[in-house]
Amino acid sequence: MSEERLTSQPTRRLGAGPREIVTEVPLTTAGAARPLGRLAAMGHGRSRYFLRRIGAYLVVAWAAVTLNFIIPRFMPGDPAQAVLRRIQYTTGQEPTQSQIEAVRRIYGDPQKNIIGQYFDYWKGVVQFDFGVSTTSYPTPVADLILQALPWTLFLVGSTTIIAWLIGTALGAIMGWKPGNAFDSIFAPLTTFFHAFPGFWLGLVMLWIFAIKLKWFPVSGGYDPSVPYSLGNFWFVMSVLFYGALPMFALVFIGFNGWLFSMRNVMVATGTEDYVLLARAKGLPETRVLFGYAARNALLPNVTGLAMAIGGVIGGTVLIEAVFTYPGMGYLLQSSIANHDFPTMQTVLLMLTAAAIVANFIADSIYVLLDPRVADTN
Amino acid sequence: MFEGFLRNRRVQTGLAIFGFFVFVAVFGDLLLKLVGFGPLDVDYDALHTPPGHGGHLLGTTISGQDVLAQLISGARGSMAVGTLSALLAIGLGALIGVSSGFFGGIYDTIMNGITNVFMTMPSFALTLIAAGYISAAGGPGSNAMGWALMAFLIGIFEWPGMARYLRAQTLTLRGRDWAMATKLLGESRWRMVFSEVFPHLLGIVSATFLRAIMAGILAEAGLNFLGVSTGGVISWGTMITNAQTQGALTLGWWWWFITPGLAIAFIGTAAALVNFGLDEVTNPKLRTGNTRAVNKFNKAQRKAAAVAD
Repeated sequence: MSEERLTSQPTRRLGAGPREIVTEVPLTTAGAARPLGRLAAMGHGRSRYFLRRIGAYLVVAWAAVTLNFIIPRFMPGDPAQAVLRRIQYTTGQEPTQSQIEAVRRIYGDPQKNIIGQYFDYWKGVVQFDFGVSTTSYPTPVADLILQALPWTLFLVGSTTIIAWLIGTALGAIMGWKPGNAFDSIFAPLTTFFHAFPGFWLGLVMLWIFAIKLKWFPVSGGYDPSVPYSLGNFWFVMSVLFYGALPMFALVFIGFNGWLFSMRNVMVATGTEDYVLLARAKGLPETRVLFGYAARNALLPNVTGLAMAIGGVIGGTVLIEAVFTYPGMGYLLQSSIANHDFPTMQTVLLMLTAAAIVANFIADSIYVLLDPRVADTN
Repeated sequence: MFEGFLRNRRVQTGLAIFGFFVFVAVFGDLLLKLVGFGPLDVDYDALHTPPGHGGHLLGTTISGQDVLAQLISGARGSMAVGTLSALLAIGLGALIGVSSGFFGGIYDTIMNGITNVFMTMPSFALTLIAAGYISAAGGPGSNAMGWALMAFLIGIFEWPGMARYLRAQTLTLRGRDWAMATKLLGESRWRMVFSEVFPHLLGIVSATFLRAIMAGILAEAGLNFLGVSTGGVISWGTMITNAQTQGALTLGWWWWFITPGLAIAFIGTAAALVNFGLDEVTNPKLRTGNTRAVNKFNKAQRKAAAVAD
């Protein structure tokens, strides 16, 4: 009962309904009514919430692997035959019996029972065995993936966090006084920026900063003349230098979206009573902005983080292709161009896995920020 | 609600920009006659000339094809793929979102689960993989597919966002008083969905339609860039890709790849403006126009007070 009141109160105030309704609600809120019981219930609710989320993501992971199993079997033509043809084309030799069996296990065998195939497929996935690449035969796909994955994780992770921070902070400032000079100049401008196709923006930046001005390298992820080791200071510097343009492009593409969602929530939060009270207490403006209003307006942007990961990965694939960055996106592009099905397939699986992990992290942050989620779920 | 939506200035601007591109896409052939060059006509006297030279308003490509003419016929290609994929995505999204929001129960749980699964998977990568398989089925070296097939592939992986959004909207509609009233009157469920719930969602669906078209155009351009080309059709995506693969970047022929990207950006801006308008109509607190009026009022009041002193 008291729970209901807590959630329904702000919505009533938001609506156009008469003001009396608010005064009818008793002033004691649910949180104040039973502080100790609530705290005890919170830890319990949270662990249950985590368990439920883990279960949900396991379902997603299962669906992703199954989809990966289904897609090649429902495609026109016989992908397994195509893979065998490619292997023969690269090596110049007839594929051996064991090779044929390995390929058939992953891409389907019309002679075998589909359920048995499905279990064999899972066995391969668990053992991290995804077959061999047909373009760079006989390198196992798993090796190619392990080479490319760190680059993409670095690119996606760093730029998503930077873009989120910049967008959220600017959005908070913009939504604090909607309609003022800063808001009315930047709102239309960022709308326009946000509409740019990401890879096109990357191309334009490549043309201006790498080709015309020659400030940054045109392609690659590191300086090949520097010894390849993470302990080497100059290697790390070259990674940052080579990654600067793709990172800048991804941050630029990303931050506009966060800015808008934050701005819109901020506009609504700015009129809340507790913000008014904070102001009335005479607190400094920046403290009211960031300590009171923005802190609460932040929540939708955190949920948004989880939902945006899929789109972010799509954008990264394109940007890597633009800058020939040695990550998963570039691997995917080259494998599609060369009809390298094993690599294609595994990249998709890994990208999905990355999306699931990122989603889980965003979900966990959310429940730490807003304990009500664990309760109501 | 729909009237207030159309009176919003941002919505008007957005619809005007969008209408312009629709006009270009539909009457492209007439416009091409005005330009004087076909999109594939080769002008050997003007290979990769900058804008304004030799009667080519926006310059020419490496093989002397007029960029403006390509932009005009590219509008048709891009909009066609965008619209068809949007129709498919919205149709699937509405079907799944509205029905699961309306019926609830175990059906809703299953449908919502499926939506969440597809939502978590990177849809662009999925489209790319499926496109890669299908385009490769044509034999070695072939990487093109028809525009309709491409639109289909884009559309069937784009619905989860729409479904989620429309489900949430349906849930709020179901809780309203009039919904309860129709239920108490003994209306059938189907009548309620089609003649009560759906008309209320129409405004929202039409605004998301624009966003879906934009997403389709972007996805088509992206797929082209990654090597799955739209066969037989000029689109803004194929323009950018051709420019990049034929060295426009290194040789500095900016007019070839800047213009199609700007065209996409304008359509995207139009879609965003319409969506802002929708947000402002459904959530009155976001209306900045009101704040401006309030500021004006406050200023006038202060002035009056100063005069009185």
